[in-house]
Amino acid sequence: MYYNVLKILKEGLNDNKGWKKTWQNPEIKKKYDVIIIGGGGHGLATAFYLAKEFKIKNIAVLEKNWIGGGNVGRNTTIIRSNYLLNENEAFYEFSLKLWETLENQINYNAMVSQRGVLNVFHSDAQRDSFVRRGNSMIINGADAELFDVDKIKSIYPFLDYDNARFPIKGGLFQKRGGSVRHDAVAWGYAHAADELGVDIIQNCEVTGFKIKSGTCIGVETNKGDILANKIGCAVAGSSSVLMSKANMNLPLESHVLQAFVSESLKPFIPGVITFGAGHFYISQSDKGGLVFGGDIDGYNSYAQRGGMDMLEDVCEGGLALMPTIGKARLLRMWGGIMDMSMDGSPIIDKTHIKGLYLNAGWCYGGFKATPASGWCFAHLLAKGASHSLSENFQLDRFKNGYMIDEKGQGAQPNLH
Amino acid sequence: MIIDHPLLGPRDASEFIYLGDASLLKRPKWDEEKSEDNFYKYLYLRENVAGMHKELWFHQQGDRSWLVISRNTVTHEIFKVELATEFKKNMGKSND
Repeated sequence: MYYNVLKILKEGLNDNKGWKKTWQNPEIKKKYDVIIIGGGGHGLATAFYLAKEFKIKNIAVLEKNWIGGGNVGRNTTIIRSNYLLNENEAFYEFSLKLWETLENQINYNAMVSQRGVLNVFHSDAQRDSFVRRGNSMIINGADAELFDVDKIKSIYPFLDYDNARFPIKGGLFQKRGGSVRHDAVAWGYAHAADELGVDIIQNCEVTGFKIKSGTCIGVETNKGDILANKIGCAVAGSSSVLMSKANMNLPLESHVLQAFVSESLKPFIPGVITFGAGHFYISQSDKGGLVFGGDIDGYNSYAQRGGMDMLEDVCEGGLALMPTIGKARLLRMWGGIMDMSMDGSPIIDKTHIKGLYLNAGWCYGGFKATPASGWCFAHLLAKGASHSLSENFQLDRFKNGYMIDEKGQGAQPNLH
Repeated sequence: MIIDHPLLGPRDASEFIYLGDASLLKRPKWDEEKSEDNFYKYLYLRENVAGMHKELWFHQQGDRSWLVISRNTVTHEIFKVELATEFKKNMGKSND
């Protein structure tokens, strides 16, 4: 089904009775060329680019729950490419470029809104580090601007500029950053992949791998065994649990990250703002709710809910940055399970088992990476070799000493 | 979460800092043949279980003791809290 304006008008006059399902509910085949485990943003994007860019037919996406119920629907919807290290920045800039044309690619309104991402800084030393990051962004083809206080005041007059402890001294601005309707990303990729013949199979949990003499030939699921030539795993926070079925220990810890939404308010935050002295980021959704978040709770968790101490910490950061939100009431909060890696950077790589591929370690930056992650993982699955932008995201980099440690924290996942 | 400290009684988890999997107490020997590989596994690989997990917590805003906590990572239920020093002593005994 192709969505366009004429169709919307026609269906508007027809009581919306003519719409078909956004994706089908196909019968499971016995064998596929490629199986993607995980029907989240990354898995669906992988399936879409495999079919569209790499012309692979006969693909299945296996999702243990329902499409859009995992981290792709549990984030603060921010897209940006403001990293320091070349390995990351080039990749995330590619992702941002894919976001810019996403809606035409998938024929779905994902509400991609490049409303600008502003990181404020509070000291001279922090300015130096942000300038360095901005230069790294520009070198990698992204956009970055350094804002002085007057410039920020013209956009965000309500920030606490003269905060005694953390006065705002300026900010690093990326105009092309912004936000995207996260659920629509899952639905849109699912719709587009389905159009290209990908089987999207929900409520199908992988319970084991079929491995014969070092080669993975299929998966065991609650709906029976399914064979495949290649199997790609993109299950974020559940990566360790899934890969343990292939007797693999990963350089990952699973942590819970909370996100919060306030009641709807009149529009007053035009873009995305992050606080430089604590960990706090906020934007306002098109419905008016303030969407904000902060750090992970900091201990291993698979609970998809977090503690009140982190809520308090996030709100303290928010009030230090913009006291004006103090009277807004909190409407909703939820947690997602993050696959925190040992250096804070992702893994897109083959494993020591032939035919088994891994996409994991997104920490809490997975949403913005969705298109590029899908593209690079599809490249790896289709060609058997890494895409040039993800060739550094190797599984064995910890053994070989090629860590991509954006924050310089070492092997301490809850600090990344 | 409330952590029932063996010396101080129930304390809020926000007083503690989390380090990670208690297998970090089992530091490999440096002078073994496979020590390079052992240290790679020790430092970077984690079992990361969904379920019962033994883990190290530091009572930073308290008595600054290290604890080993047995906790379910799916429900956050805490089953056992021990001083890390005690845990390590017993670990040696059972050759764990």
